[in-house]
Amino acid sequence: MDQSEIRAKIFEIIGVYAKDKDALASATDDTNILQDLKVNSARLVDVILDFEDAFDIEVEDEDADNVNTIGDAVSLIAAKI
Amino acid sequence: MNRRVVITGMGVVAPNGNGLEAYEAALRAGVSGIRHIPLLQELKFGCTVAGVPPDAGALAGTYFDEDDLLAMNSNQRFGCIAAVDAWTDAGFERPEHGDDHVYWEAGAVIGTGVGGLDTAGEKLVPMTDAGRVRRMGSTIVEQIMGSGVSARVSGMLALGNQVTSNSSACSTGAEAIVGGYERIKNGLADRMLCGGSEGSSHYIWAGFDAMRVLARKFNDEPEKASRPLSATAAGFIPGSGAAILHLESLENAEQRGARIYAELLGGSLNCGGHRQGGSMTAPNQTSVRRCIREAVANAGIASDEIDAINGHLTATVADPREVASWAAALECTPETLPLITSTKSMIGHGLGAAGAMESVACLLMLQGGFVHPSINCEDVHPEIEPYAASIPQQVVETPELRTIIKAGFGFGDVNVCVVFRKWSD
Repeated sequence: MDQSEIRAKIFEIIGVYAKDKDALASATDDTNILQDLKVNSARLVDVILDFEDAFDIEVEDEDADNVNTIGDAVSLIAAKI
Repeated sequence: MNRRVVITGMGVVAPNGNGLEAYEAALRAGVSGIRHIPLLQELKFGCTVAGVPPDAGALAGTYFDEDDLLAMNSNQRFGCIAAVDAWTDAGFERPEHGDDHVYWEAGAVIGTGVGGLDTAGEKLVPMTDAGRVRRMGSTIVEQIMGSGVSARVSGMLALGNQVTSNSSACSTGAEAIVGGYERIKNGLADRMLCGGSEGSSHYIWAGFDAMRVLARKFNDEPEKASRPLSATAAGFIPGSGAAILHLESLENAEQRGARIYAELLGGSLNCGGHRQGGSMTAPNQTSVRRCIREAVANAGIASDEIDAINGHLTATVADPREVASWAAALECTPETLPLITSTKSMIGHGLGAAGAMESVACLLMLQGGFVHPSINCEDVHPEIEPYAASIPQQVVETPELRTIIKAGFGFGDVNVCVVFRKWSD
C-alpha cells in the first residue's frame, strides 16, 4: 500500500469524526486533525482504533500521542505496515 | 422571586408517534404503540411486548452527524430528538457548528430512570470481562453516565444555565419539569428544557420482568397488553422514548412574542418514606394524597377547578388505590371525579420518560380541547367501577378543558404532581 492509498484511507476514517467537512475537503499533510478538522479530542482514541482495524496494525499509546497532523498519521502507519 | 412559568415548546418521541402531530393523532384515535419484540421471546422473557418509538433510528439519522451517532445510545437519541424539537418548536434556531454563542439564560433538567444499560450490556461489560478495555473506545462514559442525555443536549443547543439529570424512577420525567419550573420561578433561569428519556433495551426491561411486574398474559395481542384501570390488568408493559418541554418565564415569553401552550401553575414532590403501607415498590397512599393536595395548593386553585386527570395508572394492583386517592385528595365522589385517563394504555410505561411523555399528552389535550381515551379498560376493574363514567373509552371532545393535573409515582415511594392550565390571553 503506497502513501497515497494510506492517505485516502485516513481521510475516509477521519471524515467520520471531522466536524469541519470543508476543511477536510482541502486537507493536506500539514492539516492538524484536532484544530483544523475540529475533531473532538476524545475521539482521537477512536481514530487510532479505526487505524488499527483498517491497516491491521497495533499503535502504542506513545505513538498515538505523537499524531497531530494528517502527515503524522501517514508516517506512523507507513512505518508499521 | 415568584415568576410565572409557561410552556412554549414541546418535543416527543413516543411508541405510538414521533413528533407532536403524530402523537396527538395517535392519542386521539386511541392507537397503541405496543408491539411484539422477537428478542424478548428468544430470551425467554415472561413479557414479550414493549413500546418502542417507530423508526427512531432512521429519524436520528436526519438529526445528528455520523460522529455524534457513534456516541449516542437509544436513550440519548430519543432525548436529543425531543430536546431539539422542543427548542425549535419554541421558535429558536438550532445552533450551527462553529457558532460560539452560549445561551446563558437557558438550561436543562432531563432525567432518566435506568439509563444506558444497552451500552453497558452490549459493550462495557462484555469487553471489560474479555480483557478488551483498550479496544473499548472513547464513547462509553458519555453514554452510561447518569447525565448522558442532558450533557449531550447542552452541547447541541449551547445551553449555559444549569444542566443536570435527575433520577427518581417512574416519577423522573415529571420531577424534571418541577425542577425547571422552580429554577425559572426563582429567577435563576429564563428558559429550561425539562423532561425525561428512556432507551429501548432488553437489559433495562429484564429486571422488571424478573420481578413479575410486567404483564405476561397478552403477548399474543400486543395492542391490548397495556391495560390500566382494567379488571384484567396484570402488570405494566415496558415502554421507551422521550419528551421535553421548553419552560419559560412568562415575562421572557411575552417579551419575545412566543406562542404559549399553557401555564405550569404549580407542582409538588414528596416521598412516602416507605411507611404507612409504602415500600420500595408500593406507594404510601397518604403521601400520594398529600402530593396531589400540595400541587393543587401550590397551583393556587381549588380542587374543583380541575377538569381532567392524567394518572400514573400503570396496570398493576396499584390502580384501584390510585383512583381512590385521586378522589380523596380532590374531595370528589364517584359522581364528581373529573375525567381520568392513562396515557400508558397506549404507550406502555416509559419509566424515566413516562411523566414527560404523559405531560406532553396533557398539553396537547389542553391545546386541542380533548381528553384521550384510556384504552383496554372496557372491563373496568371492579373496585374502580363506581368511577367508570369518568374514564373515557373513546376520545372526548372537551373545548372547555382548561386545567389538567398529572401525577407520577415511582419506586422508592416517590411522588410528583403537576398542574397545567391552558393559556388564554
